[in-house]
Amino acid sequence: MEQQLKSLRQEAEATMAQVADLESLNELRVKYLGKKGVLTGILRNMGGLSPEERPKIGMLANQVRDALEGLFSGKEAELKQKAKADRLGREKIDVTLPGRLFLQGHRHPLSLVQEEIEEIFLGMGFQIAEGPEIESDYYNFEALNIPKDHPARDMQDSFYVTEEILLRTHTSPVQIRTMEKLFPSLPVKVICPGRVFRKDDDATHSPMFNQVEGLVVDKGISLADLKGILLEFARQMFGPERQIRLRPSFFPFTEPSAEVDVSCMLCGGEGCRICKGSGWIEILGSGMVHPHVLKMGGYNQDEVTGFAFGMGIERIAMLKYGIDDMRYLYDNDLRFLRQF
Amino acid sequence: MRVGYKWLKELVDVNLEPQVLADKMTMAGIAVETVENLAQGLDRVVVGEITAMEKHPNADKLWICQVNTGSEPRQIVTGAQNLKTGDKVPVALDGANLPNGVSIKPAKLRGVSSNGMLCSISELNLDPADWPEESREGILILQPDAPVGQDFAVYLGIDDYVLELELYPNRADCLGMINVAREVAAITGAQLKLPPWADGAEPELPAGEKQVKVSIEDPELCRRYTGMLIEDVRIGDSPAWMKQRLAAAGMRSINNLVDITNYVMLEMGQPLHAFDFDTLGGGEIIVRRANAGEKLVTLDKAERSLDESMLVIADSQVPVGLAGVMGGLDSEVIDKTRTIMLEAAHFAGANIRRTSRSLGLRSEASLRFEKGVNAANLLAVQGRVAELVLQLGAGRPVGPVVDSYPVQVPPVSISLNTARVNEVLGLNLEDAQIESILAPLGFKLEWTEKGRLQVHVLPYRADLNLEVDLIEEVARLHGFDKIGTTLPSGNTTLGKRSEEQKLKLRARHLLANCGFSEVINFSFTGPRALDRLGLPPEHPWRQEIKLMNPLRDELSLMRTSLIPGLLETAARNVSRRNVDLALFELGYVFFPADKEMKSLPEEAYKLAGLAMGVIPKAWNHPQTEMDFYFVKGALENLFGELGADNCSFAAAEDIPFMHPGRTAAVMVRGKKAGFVGEIHPDVQESYELPGKAYIFELDGSQLFEASGARAEFAPIPRFPAVTRDMALLVDAEIPVEKVYRSIRRAGGNLLREVRLFDIYQGAQVPAGKKSVAFSLVYQSGEKTLTDEEISALHNKIKKTLDQEFGAELRQ
Repeated sequence: MEQQLKSLRQEAEATMAQVADLESLNELRVKYLGKKGVLTGILRNMGGLSPEERPKIGMLANQVRDALEGLFSGKEAELKQKAKADRLGREKIDVTLPGRLFLQGHRHPLSLVQEEIEEIFLGMGFQIAEGPEIESDYYNFEALNIPKDHPARDMQDSFYVTEEILLRTHTSPVQIRTMEKLFPSLPVKVICPGRVFRKDDDATHSPMFNQVEGLVVDKGISLADLKGILLEFARQMFGPERQIRLRPSFFPFTEPSAEVDVSCMLCGGEGCRICKGSGWIEILGSGMVHPHVLKMGGYNQDEVTGFAFGMGIERIAMLKYGIDDMRYLYDNDLRFLRQF
Repeated sequence: MRVGYKWLKELVDVNLEPQVLADKMTMAGIAVETVENLAQGLDRVVVGEITAMEKHPNADKLWICQVNTGSEPRQIVTGAQNLKTGDKVPVALDGANLPNGVSIKPAKLRGVSSNGMLCSISELNLDPADWPEESREGILILQPDAPVGQDFAVYLGIDDYVLELELYPNRADCLGMINVAREVAAITGAQLKLPPWADGAEPELPAGEKQVKVSIEDPELCRRYTGMLIEDVRIGDSPAWMKQRLAAAGMRSINNLVDITNYVMLEMGQPLHAFDFDTLGGGEIIVRRANAGEKLVTLDKAERSLDESMLVIADSQVPVGLAGVMGGLDSEVIDKTRTIMLEAAHFAGANIRRTSRSLGLRSEASLRFEKGVNAANLLAVQGRVAELVLQLGAGRPVGPVVDSYPVQVPPVSISLNTARVNEVLGLNLEDAQIESILAPLGFKLEWTEKGRLQVHVLPYRADLNLEVDLIEEVARLHGFDKIGTTLPSGNTTLGKRSEEQKLKLRARHLLANCGFSEVINFSFTGPRALDRLGLPPEHPWRQEIKLMNPLRDELSLMRTSLIPGLLETAARNVSRRNVDLALFELGYVFFPADKEMKSLPEEAYKLAGLAMGVIPKAWNHPQTEMDFYFVKGALENLFGELGADNCSFAAAEDIPFMHPGRTAAVMVRGKKAGFVGEIHPDVQESYELPGKAYIFELDGSQLFEASGARAEFAPIPRFPAVTRDMALLVDAEIPVEKVYRSIRRAGGNLLREVRLFDIYQGAQVPAGKKSVAFSLVYQSGEKTLTDEEISALHNKIKKTLDQEFGAELRQ
């Protein structure tokens, strides 16, 4: 019997080595260790043993059982491990295939740039004010120190709806509307984005375009403050290395007035194609709010000062994205829009 | 204004490179647009004399010329056939780069060396009109007295630069050389060298035989009128120097008298007009408003109908000129004119501008009067004219100059608070510095007290009236670059979008995230845009606001909807083979507030979109057609994310340009706020779209008013949810939303969620019926629901549906 148990063990060990899958292993386990298995079969004959032999054989049988159980679970773990490894191997996918398509639309570059400009000024404590696109002559011109028959009206050829109502030629009327609304509180600190209209139509002018106006009114506001705000804007918009330059100019609603140039973002001021060799690019018009305009807005011109500026969003967008023809902006070709 | 540099240097002692001066002027507020080298391309072109000619031994049509160009003689081969020995010609020497792009290098022509080139008019880019006809072919042959070896540009008198000024409307004073010189002196500190006539008094002239009588009837429109008679007029040619200066300024020489008036206008900025005195009825000038119905034939031979708003120069009977704009034909100076009445006057700019606009007639004179001329200087102008007339022998100016100056404008004197200068500019200038910055302007300066400078402005600077005008002078003459950068130091302000601004921006982001790309269309549209939609005349969108002066017909109306713009954009994209589109636009549309357009129009913010074509197939998903539900889904997503409560969709059959069975009105808080649906096939055809298009337009203010619902936390249920499906057959006509609402109502608050997961019509389903299948999720916040409870509720819902729709349960 002892011999039987020993050979059982040897046989089981040998067979087990051949097993390659969990199913066969299970069958084998049932065959040797099951209720009707080989080991049980051998032990059923224990009755024929002498009382001295019984515990000895019994102990041996338990040893064999334990050993086989150990071997079986070892083998099982090994096979499970292998099966998992096999599955992982089979489950390999081509990770270079494109992912699931999410239909994503694109914002218009003018809209993106407008938002960016707004964010910069919001960050500097400006509010956003809006005004009507169809304006009265009063707000568009007269309140801005541009009386009827003033030659400065030539600077902005207008579309008229009636003698007194026109499509606003700039966002500057929002200056007056804002002051009227906020008076007497200080400071006034707003930007006013929006569509404007002028009677121009060629490669560099569109009859409709977009501007952002800025207005700050408070006690003690100076031209140096205007320079400071615009320098900050230029650096946020076009990079921390940018410088600005003010050139004297004329607008009826500011005095002193200045055109503002920013050092060329492409060449850094060395001179290139974009800046036409000058190192500077004109980006906006600005100035100290004219005392007449402050008065029209309700403020006391002797107590407060202010500055204002206005920029074309198209120009900023074209510089920022390197768009070389303004007409793309209103053509809305999908192949253009997709690039932003 | 074109400023010849040599001319300028006669008036002010400036010695800068032209470009350097131009930059200084630009940075001081007199913008120089361009600096033009008149001799561009004429470098190393000189006057040469042909001393000998012989035929080229190897070429029939070539000549070998020996040319004296001042230094050693040089041999030049030419193909021209119009030359002879002794001719003076322009010679391009080695190294010349001619205006036509040709560079001159020593060369051999058929074996004969040639050192330079003899030039024609076109090679030198000269204006043929300036040269006699016989010079226009072949090599340009110069006058026999042309000095050999002289620079050709010097010979022509064009060795000069022209600074083209881009003057702002407030600096019309710089439309005259004298004032440009003053400005250059102020900017550069250079010494002025003005001739005595620049500020001359009334000229002393011998008395003439005739007298002109001047009266001003409307002193508001004519502040001052001076008239000088010139007798024994001799019309002739002007001298070369005057022609050259006129040419450099962009004016053509006409005759000596016209040239004098133009020349003095360039010098002193004052437009002048010459009348044939003998044509003036009564020998009289009356400055008055035109009578209604009066007519005048102007110098351009057009008959003008005048009205009372226009100022005319009249004789005792009729208008003889349109004041400040253009003279009359009948009083024009012609060859047989014997006596001239020369007008130098001041007319009110605004009135000139209005007249010139309403007649569509602009002239050098009207442009200057519009911007303002200097009334104080008119006698000096007459004196200068008299001097030139005598100098050129063009006639005999006689005195006295008639001067009518009814209302004298008092001289301007401004008190400047220096503390204010520093406050506005952000500078720290001492009083003495401010004085020295302003001094070069030539104004009398007086300190009335410490910090108070009285500035006596000279009358040619009509733009200086207020303290702030002087602050600007300080800023530009001191230099904007010397002003530092600071940030406003007042109270801190909160930079923040309003709720509506946030919603507008959020809507842009959301629509883009749903696959729509943003477009920006013009706010104007044309009369045919709505015809293409087939809109009846009474449709509200037809109340478009018309522009009085549109650019073109297609841009003559203000849009009342974003839809036509989107459809046009779609059609344009389709024509370029972009056929799969999802587009949106946010913007204003316009409606008249009242019929007479007395008040500003109503501006309504709209959100609109369009989708057509397909979402293309990919390896992991099939091609999907754009359809109604794509667009509706985007809107549902928009409403959800904007927190717009109470938005729904209801079938709408009455929108003329939409498919009657595939369009929904969008209801916001129970009111129509727009629509979504498929465009009518007629519209698809009229825009030549290749397939169905789905569009929407929503009213922004209605949507935004309903938006912004604040999210509110509800406890997450601790008890399990159970999902049961329910499939039922209902009449095909019944809108699913109705069924859905019934389920909701019957399910009460234990029914957490209802999701439609299938809808089917076809072979398996009886005709006229459809199968709809929902997943119903049951859950209680208080306990685990038992099977029995759920079944009871589920059955209750079934029963309700059966009662309400005769819904038959599918197994």
